Amino acid sequence: MATPLKRVRGLGAAHRGTETFWRQRMTAIANIPLVIFLILSIVSHIGAPYDEVRAYFAQPVVAVLMLALMISAAIHMRIGLKEIIDDYVQGEGARVIAILLVTFFAAGVGLASVVAILKIGLGS
Amino acid sequence: MGKAKLGAERPLSPHLQIYRPMLTMMMSIAHRLSGVANAVGFILLAWWLVAIASGPEAYAQVSRFFAGIPGRVLLFLFSWALIHHMLGGIRHLIWDTGSGLDKTSIEVFAWLTIIGSTVLTVLVWVAGYTIMGGR
Repeated sequence: MATPLKRVRGLGAAHRGTETFWRQRMTAIANIPLVIFLILSIVSHIGAPYDEVRAYFAQPVVAVLMLALMISAAIHMRIGLKEIIDDYVQGEGARVIAILLVTFFAAGVGLASVVAILKIGLGS
Repeated sequence: MGKAKLGAERPLSPHLQIYRPMLTMMMSIAHRLSGVANAVGFILLAWWLVAIASGPEAYAQVSRFFAGIPGRVLLFLFSWALIHHMLGGIRHLIWDTGSGLDKTSIEVFAWLTIIGSTVLTVLVWVAGYTIMGGR
């Protein structure tokens, strides 16, 4: 029979152990090359003609890198924003609402981008 | 399980206003701020991608914004925040291994992040405009 102490030991206040810590590091490492790729993509395509930009993002390699970036960044963003809320938003209710909002935000930005990249990449 | 009184007044550790501002402390704050800036920047990115997916008319509108001065300034700041957060993050990854935590190293890391992020951001934009055909 597990005592309350035994049940909580090693899992911390969020009951998820080091899972979030580890996920933040994995997405951070993935984001290094992906963000470099993103910045170069942006800088070299600002104000470029529509056909050129579309053809660029339609390349399978570019689409895969962009998808990887958006998923990794959305996860990383959600963890980071929640960490700030945990530290600075006072009161249970306000904190829950703030966490909901940043979760929806990260999911929304990520999903919108993923759908856009797929639509461009699959050419419809 | 005993019920702890969750709403009870608890002792607080000293916070920002207690400490003399220090570079490393400012860099910690800058890391969080750049993270939030990146989250906002991703709205711009999503907007751009959705416009490309939506067709030439939608793209033309968004592209006009990004090609203008406010758009370019925003993108420059976004890329700076990204690079700043990346260098700050690499610093954290090094700390995760247990090394680079002495007083000299943390000061050096702080300056490397500030100078490195600024220099790299300018370099990336110069490269984008000259070599890679940015316009």
